[in-house]
Amino acid sequence: MKKKIIALLLSCAMMATLVGCGAKEEAAATTESAPAAEAEAAAEEAAPAAAAEGENTLTVWCWDPAFNLNAMYEAEKVYQKDHPDFKLNVVEVPWQDIQTKITTAATSGDYSTLPDIFLMQDNAFQKNVLAFPDLCVDLAASGIDFSQFAAGKTAYSVIDGKNFGVPFDNGAVIGCYRTDVLAEAGFTVDDFTDITWDEYLEKGKVVLEKTGKPLISMQAGECDLIMMMLQSAGASLFNEDGTANIANNDVLKEVVNVYGELRTAGVLTEVNSWDEYVGSITSGNVAGTINGCWIMASIQTAADQSGNWAITNMPKLVAANGTNYSNNGGSSWAVASNCKNTELAFDFLASTFAGSNELYDNILPSGAIATWAPAAGSDAYGLANDFFGGDAVSAKIVEYSTHVPTNITGAYYYEARDAVAVASTNAINGADLQSELDNAQAQVEGYIGQ
Amino acid sequence: MSKKKGMSLQKKHSMTGWIFLTPAVILIAVMSFYPMIRAFILSFQTGIGANTKFDGLANYKAMLTDQVFLKSIGNTFLYLLIQVPVMLVMALILASILNNKDLKFKGLFRTMIFLPCATSLVAYALIFRCLFANDGLVNHLFVSLGILDSPYSFLTNAFSAKVIIILALLWRWTGYNMVFYLSGLQNIEYSIYEAARIDGASPIQTFFKITIPLLKPTILLTAIMSTNGTLQLFDESVNLTGGGPANSTITMSHYIYNVSFKYMPKFGFAAAMSFFILILVAILALVQLKVGDKRD
Repeated sequence: MKKKIIALLLSCAMMATLVGCGAKEEAAATTESAPAAEAEAAAEEAAPAAAAEGENTLTVWCWDPAFNLNAMYEAEKVYQKDHPDFKLNVVEVPWQDIQTKITTAATSGDYSTLPDIFLMQDNAFQKNVLAFPDLCVDLAASGIDFSQFAAGKTAYSVIDGKNFGVPFDNGAVIGCYRTDVLAEAGFTVDDFTDITWDEYLEKGKVVLEKTGKPLISMQAGECDLIMMMLQSAGASLFNEDGTANIANNDVLKEVVNVYGELRTAGVLTEVNSWDEYVGSITSGNVAGTINGCWIMASIQTAADQSGNWAITNMPKLVAANGTNYSNNGGSSWAVASNCKNTELAFDFLASTFAGSNELYDNILPSGAIATWAPAAGSDAYGLANDFFGGDAVSAKIVEYSTHVPTNITGAYYYEARDAVAVASTNAINGADLQSELDNAQAQVEGYIGQ
Repeated sequence: MSKKKGMSLQKKHSMTGWIFLTPAVILIAVMSFYPMIRAFILSFQTGIGANTKFDGLANYKAMLTDQVFLKSIGNTFLYLLIQVPVMLVMALILASILNNKDLKFKGLFRTMIFLPCATSLVAYALIFRCLFANDGLVNHLFVSLGILDSPYSFLTNAFSAKVIIILALLWRWTGYNMVFYLSGLQNIEYSIYEAARIDGASPIQTFFKITIPLLKPTILLTAIMSTNGTLQLFDESVNLTGGGPANSTITMSHYIYNVSFKYMPKFGFAAAMSFFILILVAILALVQLKVGDKRD
């Protein structure tokens, strides 16, 4: 009997849901048809206005609300001053999702799912444009003067001499140091300015001995620092013709050796994840870090360390005759081939990200430092930053970015980067460096050859 | 003799059956079989992104010389050979303990052991990563208990990283398999155990002579499912260790993902590797069926 009652109740519940669903569908159908009819009527009345509105709207995909989305909203405001009808539809899409959507759209040959403008990681630019030649629009017709951007940054989005991206955020590498910790060891930040990696290692040992703190932490398995060191000497993992340059790359060998020495000495400590990396900085477990200047946003979350940080350039490689400047990360704006109104998209980008001091001043508080040289002349960039000991860090970083040597990302950047990460990890753990690099070279050549 | 109108009763019956089956068959064919066939065709094509051309067995040849893929096969099989037997034995032991009629709070224990299965794969992988971080709970405990002098970097050491992945898998899946065994045990008549006890069988003898033989179909099922699941392992490799250090924990599915989405997209190569996994799963399942099915 009990079972029968339960069975009855269950079937009642099922019926109810079925009926419920049916009812909802009907309701949805009626609500759908109503606005459609209204819209039709409205369209008949005000056809020109509606058409104009459609023509003045651009859809943008980007990630990070506080940073990239904010920049687009500010750009919309700047552009609306001269173009009151202009509207921007900014959609938050994480980079991994943008990459998946690009791949899906391009593989199926249906680009209509893509927006008008999207943000692309600089490191993925070559890969996507070479793999999907129809993905992005050549920006030659946009009238943007690309020489006003930092050369090291612009190079990421240049393929076959054509510009496909409007450079956006600055990824110039900075060395950040805890001045209070350095003082304990008897150093000032000047002792870490314009130095070589050998000096960095020696001074790092002193800091470690006197304060017990490593100079730097890095994420294991990701070769961020190795890539930064490489670029600081203008070296790449690829040759001009796109072939892999790993096994006989003397700069790379020096870089891996320097990295290994730092780690063995304990001056560099490895952590497992990005969160741990940021945590090691903000909790004061390390005396500094070296990374793209966007790392400042994370450092500044440790409000209790305000005034105890200073910024300078990174150490340089000796044998490779390197510079004290490099680049890490950052992204650029691309116009998708799906864009119906490329003229509007071009004009919007040219008069905002490639032509508005006001925009760059407005987004500076979020940590977005321009790669557009004229912006650095603005007063906002000269303001002192109390967190970093009253230094005018923004102007400093723009100046650094002009010295960054260009390198070749290549279409197989991520493959090469992973292969080198494996090789360097093994080499530091005792394997023979040359044979590891030979393996990495073979692995990357395997990918290119397929 | 008058001709029958329409179909015979038997035909009608089978027709009804087919009509009921049709929606499901169509859905499976469109959503599952069609993509599988397309993927199989794709696995013979090489090229980047959408520009692919037929290239015979090139992808399958490249696969066997790709060091990272070979390494990922090795890793996956290591997980399979260590984790699956340990997990199934643990699940079996737990199930027989919890099947005891006199045990109190049975429901509570069963729920507690099954509960890890309700957590999301990504969430639990991230939690394990936090637990074994340099400043994570495990290191804190070991250092404060005096077992370690300084925090040990579990996830940057190839051996310990593998151990942690296996530990994580055990935590996540043991309870899941235990539930299958429990339901299998419920189907064994209690009178058989009583008879064994009267005959003077020890609990260990009962376990090996009664429980295991009668549970054989369930054990076979869980073994096949676990093998299948381990060969397709993805979340743990991506989220717990990121495949590192130096690819020492990367799994086949993780590498396939990298080739499709992180690297220059080579879907032909990725499809070929996927079919390799399919063949492996099929072979292993067949072997297990043959070994398990001793009807002599």
